[in-house]
Order: sequence, then structure tokens, then C-alpha cells
Amino acid sequence: MRLAVMGAGAVGTAVLELAGEYGHDVVGVADSSSGVVEDGGVDPDGVVSRKRKRGIVGDGTPEAVLGADYDVLVEATPTTLGDAEPGFSHVERALGRDRHAVLANKGPVAERYDEVRALEADSGGTVLFEAAVGGAIPILSTIDDLNGQVAAARGVLNGTANFILSRMAAEGIDYEHVLAEAQDLGVAEADPAFDVEGTDAALKCVILANVLYEGTYTLADAEVEGIADLPGSALELAAEDGRTIRLVGEVSDGNVRVGPRLVPENGTLAVSGTLNIVQLETNHAGRLNISGRGAGGPETASAVLADIGRLPELS
Amino acid sequence: MSETDVRSYTVRLELVDEPGELLRALEPIANNGGNLLSIFHERGNLTPRGHIPVEVDLEATETQFETIVGALREAGVNVIQAGAERYSEELTVVLVGHLVATDLSDTLRQFTECGGVSVGDVSLSAPQGTEGESSARLRLEAIEGQTGDALETARTVADEKGLRLIEPLTEEGP
Repeated sequence: MRLAVMGAGAVGTAVLELAGEYGHDVVGVADSSSGVVEDGGVDPDGVVSRKRKRGIVGDGTPEAVLGADYDVLVEATPTTLGDAEPGFSHVERALGRDRHAVLANKGPVAERYDEVRALEADSGGTVLFEAAVGGAIPILSTIDDLNGQVAAARGVLNGTANFILSRMAAEGIDYEHVLAEAQDLGVAEADPAFDVEGTDAALKCVILANVLYEGTYTLADAEVEGIADLPGSALELAAEDGRTIRLVGEVSDGNVRVGPRLVPENGTLAVSGTLNIVQLETNHAGRLNISGRGAGGPETASAVLADIGRLPELS
Repeated sequence: MSETDVRSYTVRLELVDEPGELLRALEPIANNGGNLLSIFHERGNLTPRGHIPVEVDLEATETQFETIVGALREAGVNVIQAGAERYSEELTVVLVGHLVATDLSDTLRQFTECGGVSVGDVSLSAPQGTEGESSARLRLEAIEGQTGDALETARTVADEKGLRLIEPLTEEGP
């Protein structure tokens, strides 16, 4: 397939670098202000080095990339809330041209799911977004394989929050100190609000709810509580009772909730570090647990590329 | 759990105040392989129907226990509750915030006043003294099937007092 990659952050550049291994050609790459189109395939090293040295991916425009001759648009721009732009418009453009759209960006499928589905219905293209939920973990494709037999889902879907909670519990360190450590390690952003306030986990749960209940959920429908400023004493008291605290997202009975929850210390959901886990409750087969890396460039790109492998041929 | 695992059960029976009733109630237990651990015969304390409540602790395998409950009912003994841990369901929550300044004992009282909930034990951790934020672990006991209501009560009380409530994730869910 011929790919156009919108977004040149960790995920976009990893898709660019790995696409060849999967047998695909990247014919265009864009960041927020620049772009490069090469019908014969762009040179990954050149893009990465221009991005690093000059802050641009090429001398063209993002607009030129949107108009390039591609089969699949990979939407890997940063997640935005509300109108989910510019990601939504990128997807709209691709579907309008009867091309596929594969998203790593949560915004369009969390905030404007019904619109995305309506555009897809009128298009010859298909929309997939495995990478938007749980990074490398095949959650949405598993749900799809189970043919409507998944009744509910829950899990730990934010690696930053999980890192902070597991470090606090293991070392007895305060929230502020662990957060600073996480920022030094690059596990937490300079502005960690999106992760520690539960927004990121909630967006993933909203997407799960949209898929499970074929609904029109948005972030506004989720009950969200974060882990910011949680005192160490809360984790100590939990540990005395053989429990620990994890930021858990739950999608069940049509509701979406995210918040700190008490879980058994050695239980399935108490994954440590930046790992993610999701539990799917099936109608006839009990519970399925899938865990793995929920973030990271190559990890998330592997989910994007797996989606591309699932796409039907364009007619 | 395997079928041959022996576990302890508590059975609550209602007996008519007549001679021989207690013996009649215990026979089905012994006859079906149950091992009697204790009998608490609450004479003087009557159930709403005017019967005498008797609490029996016994050991049996799961299959034996089912047979025993069936046999008791067949013998006309009224079995009110049967099973392991059916008297109450426990749930542990952690409260975080200005627990002392918001009157912890009042918070606990509000939990219990909403009905269906009793507060088991409470552990408080206030490393910054009574002025700062503290945490408390509460073991709540709820009537069977009412843990959802108990949690709802806890949420409401925490919300009114501006406290953070860390709920348990139920194993049965989602």
C-alpha cells in the first residue's frame, strides 16, 4: 500500500521507518507546517534528519501531502479534544477521496465517532484505529474478532499514571517526586495533566464504548477522576490490606468511568511500570486479559501497520 | 476450588419453640457429612415471625453443603441464610482529603445512617498531622447484594465533604 503519514512525532516517524519492513511505501509525510511528497517513496532518514535539524520534514506543504496519490492516510497528529482538528479534517479528506484512514490519533474517534462512521459509510475507504487504544496491544481487533460477544471492558490504559502509582507504592515516594522522576525519564510530559488527570485513559475508554455499544460517546459522557496529588499514605493503607491503587477505566452497562481504584496487590490489573492491560468480558468465554506496551513510537506504529495489513483492497 | 475442598459455612435457621426442634435441625447436618463447629441458640431473641433464630457453623464440602441445605428444607426447617460469607459483604475503600477537619467521626456516622452499611475497622494515616491531607482505609460491611448501594452512599458522603473516594474494583465486574 502507498501511505501518507500526517504527523511526524514519535508515532509518525516510527511508521515511516518501519513501513518498508511491512511491504508498504510512504509517499508523503507532513508535520504541522511542512510536508514532503515523493511518488517513488520518501527517504526516512532524510525526513528524520530534516525534522531534527531544521524542524521541518521537507520543503513542501501539509496540503500537498493530503493531495498526494496514496491508498492509506495515517493520521498521527496530536490528539485534540472538542472538534478533534486537524485530525478530523485529514480523515474527512481521505475518505472523501475513497481512500483508507488509519488513526493513532484518539481525537476524531473519541469526540466525533458518529461523524467519522458516517463519512466512512459514504466512502470506498475504511477507517481503522487500533493504535488509538492501548498502543501495541491488539484490543480493537480482538473485539472485532469476537463478533459482538464482548459485553464490557476495563483496564489500565495510561502508562504514565501507572508508572507513577507503581513507583509510589514500591518506593514509598511522594507524588511530586515520582512525577519529577517520570518527567526526567521521558515517561511523563512536561505538562502531565492529560495523563494524570485521567483524560487520556478516558478517551481510550470512550473509543471502546463507541466500538462496544455502537454509540456516540464523547469525553463529556465519561466520569473521570485522575491520580494527581494522591498522597503516599493512601497507597500505604492499601498495601497494608494487600491492595494497591491503579487508574482503572471501566466500560460497562453503557457507562464510561475512569478513576483510581483499589485492586489486589498481586492481581491481574496491578501491572507495574508503563505497562497497560485490558480485560474483556465476553458473553460465552469468560474474561480475556491482554497486556503489553500501551505507548511508544515503534509500539504504536506496529498497531498502525497491523491495521494497514487488515485493510481491504481499494476498488 | 475443587469439589473435595472442605470449607466452613454459616447457616441461620428459624426454629419453632418446641422440644426436639433443635435436634431435628441438626440431624440433617450430621447425616450428610457436615462437621458441626458451633451452635448459637438465641433463646429469648425472636425473629419477626416469632421463631427462635439459631446460627450454626459447620464444615462441609460444597456438594455436601448443598445436600445439607436441601435436607434441612425438606425436614421443614426454615433456612434463612445459607452459605459462606452470606451475612454480609465486605468492601474496602480509601478516603483521601482533610479527613480530620471534615470530622471523620461524622463522616463514618453518615455512612452508617444511610442504612445497609456498617463500618468495620478504620485505619487512619495522617503523616502531616491533623492539619494536612490524610488517608483512611475503611472496611464497610453491607447486606448481601447491597454493596452497590453502600458504594453509592460512600460516594455521596465523600462528595459532600469534598473528599476523594478510592473505590474497590469488584472482582466480578465489569
